[in-house]
Amino acid sequence: MAYRLSPARLWREKDSRYRLVGGMCRRCGRRFYPPRPVCPYCGSKSVERVELARQGVVETFAITYTVQEGFRDQAPIVYAIVKLDDGARVFAPLTDVEPEKVHTGMRVEAVVRRVRVDDDHGLIAYGIKFRPLRPAKSGQ
Amino acid sequence: MVLRVGIVGWGAYIPRYRVKVEEIARVWGYDPSVGAELGVYEKAVGGVDEDATTIGLEAALNAVKRAGIDPRRIGAVFFGSESKPYAVKPSATIIAEALGIVPDTMASDLEFACRAGSEGLRAAFGLVASGQIEYGLVVGADTAQANPGDVLEFTAASGGAAFVVGPARDAVAVLEGVYTYVTDTPDFWRREVSPYPVHGEAFTGEPAYFHHIESAVKGLMERLGLKPQDFDYVVFHQPNGRFPLRIAKRLGFTKEQVEPGLIAPYIGNTYNGSAFLGFARVLDIAKPGSRILVAPFGSGAGSDAYSFVVTDAIEEKRDRAPKVDDYIADKVYIDYAMYAKYRRLVLRYNM
Ligand SMILES: [Zn+2]
Repeated sequence: MAYRLSPARLWREKDSRYRLVGGMCRRCGRRFYPPRPVCPYCGSKSVERVELARQGVVETFAITYTVQEGFRDQAPIVYAIVKLDDGARVFAPLTDVEPEKVHTGMRVEAVVRRVRVDDDHGLIAYGIKFRPLRPAKSGQ
Repeated sequence: MVLRVGIVGWGAYIPRYRVKVEEIARVWGYDPSVGAELGVYEKAVGGVDEDATTIGLEAALNAVKRAGIDPRRIGAVFFGSESKPYAVKPSATIIAEALGIVPDTMASDLEFACRAGSEGLRAAFGLVASGQIEYGLVVGADTAQANPGDVLEFTAASGGAAFVVGPARDAVAVLEGVYTYVTDTPDFWRREVSPYPVHGEAFTGEPAYFHHIESAVKGLMERLGLKPQDFDYVVFHQPNGRFPLRIAKRLGFTKEQVEPGLIAPYIGNTYNGSAFLGFARVLDIAKPGSRILVAPFGSGAGSDAYSFVVTDAIEEKRDRAPKVDDYIADKVYIDYAMYAKYRRLVLRYNM
């Protein structure tokens, strides 16, 4: 079945999709992704939007061979929970990595990639994915 | 001409996938020596989730990191590509948004085959020189298309580079002069509904690439009173590994001046990323005081020749982002089938 990406939703989410903007709770200090008005940890409504750390480690992951229509070209997709260096946890796909090489504790960095594309006529949804640090031997 | 502008930061990005020219030759039944003839042995291929916008964005992030400026001070974002993900809807705004440059900025996508990004560079220098903006961001990126089985397919590659331009006082390379030479020349084109470009076969070389670059470079050297031996490095557009060496020889440059900026043999022709990546690779190694000639070329046709002089500021900025050679070395080979999937040569319908 044809599926249409919502322009309004992509527009609303562009900060979190392009710049890894998440929430930071002013009461308990924890960071989370995606941003939302209420802290998922303590329930506080005192939340500000901040750019999260762009590097972190893979905490856990799953290799998905059975994918929804529209994602077959990206299969198998490795979904991971990445713990960022600032403590926030992000659920996102990995990219630029062979599934058999993924392991917990692997250091990764955020990149903006195509997450989903609405056929030849529709919108392109860009969003955050994580990849192993690249280039592997850079001086950074 | 005293322009008081220059390159403040540079950034490169090359996807990690490579397909060998001999693999493409195997599929389409070409003579296995075609790679040696072209001087290109493998080409960079963007992953399935990459396009010219994501590639340009990675290069731009590296350029801004090296520039070390607050992105909100950038007043113009120019994106040069001939593989825009949308026919209508700018990539420049996506890049500007992702870098936190919006909304107080100009932003547009430019088109002039492989020299669209270079036209953006000229425009950004002009805006900085006239005091209308403080800094500009110029991105050249492509996921170059080629008709499967066409000789272009051996070289058409994915990659990009970006530059932050600004006042000479912040520059790693000061612009000494620039001269542009354009004519209407039908050497290479793509109509709106064609997925792949068409080229005028033998016509692409002499009246297009060689004539325009030669005229631009001679025009610049005349205006600045410089000779080939005054330059430490020279970078040309690189449709293959042979043309840049041939035009260099014709203009009186040596192989040693060309080779540091020659990247086509390792990654192919990244179209708007081509001369820009060569220039970035030279900036990765150039010493203060070096003079660099950069001459992009775009079909249709035109060439710009720039002369830059490297400043002391280059040393501290060099290690703030990955170098071109880091990206060249970090690679994974794929076969033709994966390449065809990644570059969407296999049409799949969502039903
Ligand atoms: Zn909280």
